[in-house]
Amino acid sequence: MQKTLFDKIWDAHVVTTAEGGQEVLYIDRHFIHEVTSPQAFAGLRARSLPVFRPAQTIATADHNVPTKNQHLPIEEPLSRSQVEKLTENCTEFGVELYGLGHPYQGIVHVIGPELGITQPGQTIVCGDSHTSTHGAFGNIAFGIGTSQVEQVLATQCLLLKKPKRMRITVDGRLAPGVLSKDIILYIIAQLSAAGGTGYFVEYAGSAIRALSMEARMTICNMSIEMGARGGLIAPDETTFDYLRGRAFAPQGAAFEAAVEQWRELYSDPGASFDQEYQFRAEDIAPMLTYGTNPGMGIRISEVIPTAPTPGDSVASFSKSLEYMGFDPGESMLGKPVRYVFIGSCTNSRIEDLRLVAQFVQGKQKAAGVSAMIVPGSQQVAKQAQAEGLDKIFAAAGFDFREPGCSACLGMNEDKVPAGEYCVSTSNRNFEGRQGPGARTILASPLTAAAAAVAGEIVDVRNWGIEN
Amino acid sequence: MEKFTTIRSTAVPLPNEDVDTDQIIPARFLKATTRDGFGDNLFRDWRYHPDGATRTDFVLNNPLYTGQILVAGKNFGCGSSREHAAWALGDFGFRVVVSSFFADIFKGNALNNGLLPVQVSPDFLHDIFTAIEIDPKSGFTVNLENQTFTINASGKTETFPIDPFRKTCLINGYDDLDFLLSLRGEIEAFEQRA
Repeated sequence: MQKTLFDKIWDAHVVTTAEGGQEVLYIDRHFIHEVTSPQAFAGLRARSLPVFRPAQTIATADHNVPTKNQHLPIEEPLSRSQVEKLTENCTEFGVELYGLGHPYQGIVHVIGPELGITQPGQTIVCGDSHTSTHGAFGNIAFGIGTSQVEQVLATQCLLLKKPKRMRITVDGRLAPGVLSKDIILYIIAQLSAAGGTGYFVEYAGSAIRALSMEARMTICNMSIEMGARGGLIAPDETTFDYLRGRAFAPQGAAFEAAVEQWRELYSDPGASFDQEYQFRAEDIAPMLTYGTNPGMGIRISEVIPTAPTPGDSVASFSKSLEYMGFDPGESMLGKPVRYVFIGSCTNSRIEDLRLVAQFVQGKQKAAGVSAMIVPGSQQVAKQAQAEGLDKIFAAAGFDFREPGCSACLGMNEDKVPAGEYCVSTSNRNFEGRQGPGARTILASPLTAAAAAVAGEIVDVRNWGIEN
Repeated sequence: MEKFTTIRSTAVPLPNEDVDTDQIIPARFLKATTRDGFGDNLFRDWRYHPDGATRTDFVLNNPLYTGQILVAGKNFGCGSSREHAAWALGDFGFRVVVSSFFADIFKGNALNNGLLPVQVSPDFLHDIFTAIEIDPKSGFTVNLENQTFTINASGKTETFPIDPFRKTCLINGYDDLDFLLSLRGEIEAFEQRA
């Protein structure tokens, strides 16, 4: 029988089926961080349980950490105590921790892939909805709640209802200045913030195949923003080339043997999906969000809609525009911007930083703009320094920080003030996401960099971009 | 986990759609290392002004509306996987959330914490909002055993879906971990053959 890639991986991980049809799924890799794990460890303690398979869990500190002076103790007492708690828990339960100061520390969804811990064919979970990022390698990766973190720590398993399958095919070639971030913002705008709920998405098509691993991660990362539990892309030579030689990937002959197995990871021709969508890369332009969920997106050349998409209420639509300070029917081009954030698990990898550096080299950020670049990991930061990108950023007036989740969710000091617009490469434009009252406009790293240089929203395609 | 029995209560209406978990509990309040006390910051930025003053126009600050049932617009609980959202709703005193559509991760988190997500049709959701609009003290009955939600004044009833295993867990106060721990032998056997 023809099987989808998702079914192949899922079925290979089912331990048993429970009464009522839910399945017990075995989890290969578990990532944890300081915010959603303390109550899970407390639960283990309360039941006097050990971590069942400690070697399969990896910890890092990312959500709360400052992006300046990481060599000093964390100033904010609650953040400090949460990060210290993670260290205590990892020590007590024997879990490997890449904490502050460790050369492997970074955003959990950046470090897993760059260390080669994330591999094709696995099941991967983390107490973070953007765990879908790892699916770019052809695995089943999804976010879970803290009770489930506890279950994985205690049993390496989860009890789950199998999601439905969706395939989204994007064929064709992207125009210069259009990035993978624009592809996923475009898809979410077409399907809405709830359009993928109940599904696991496979991304396919020539436009997806042509993307680098890092660009694929950006796509899979935002699967949750249309409600899908996760997204995945069948592994290919691009995937294998990326993984070859990574610290925790198999080495030598073992790697080649693994590649032979990974080559079996694709959806069989004729395999059936519960839902299919097809898009043309040529229809995609630099994208912007105008509202307070990631489904409220437009091509930069379009105007803000005058009515909600069918099925959404006028009240919610109006409330959203009021929060953002935008009028229906207006263009966002030329809107002044004083904050730009380049970072997050969506767009903080070395290729993102290279693109931004290439664009800003020889340019200056506009007066009065605060432009922050937060690398995804210590390794990304080190690589950027080795390539001299940090000097380019400094010369252009951009603030190059230390790794962490930072202003994507503003758990640390990196916040956008109330009422201010921030063009952000992150993944959520919810009310107050980047700080109480902050107004987030999601965009690609190039569009964000261009906004910082212009001091307003501009179409980066008019700035001589060559892909 | 507390056992779930039949609930008879008034309800709090929140007709907003796409209520995300950042609204339910903003990230800056996720720094605790226990499960308690999140109710104080439930819908923090909708309940309070930045200076801490109460926003009198928000429904949770209106003494007319009380109860163990929250009724919300579609796609409730989208966004972050933070279980703190379910803890905050429970800590505030809610036992049931009604909507025409729930985000996946939130729904799972709610069920793992004895907070029942009741999914009803858009038309029935509208009927519930109307009943509360006519009389803020309208009573509702949630019967988990029969999987029914009833508008007491009109007697209108709709059944709601729930996985049979989850239902048994809620009624008996079991959680998934009890079940998974009982499978230790099977899990080890799986590891051997994988």
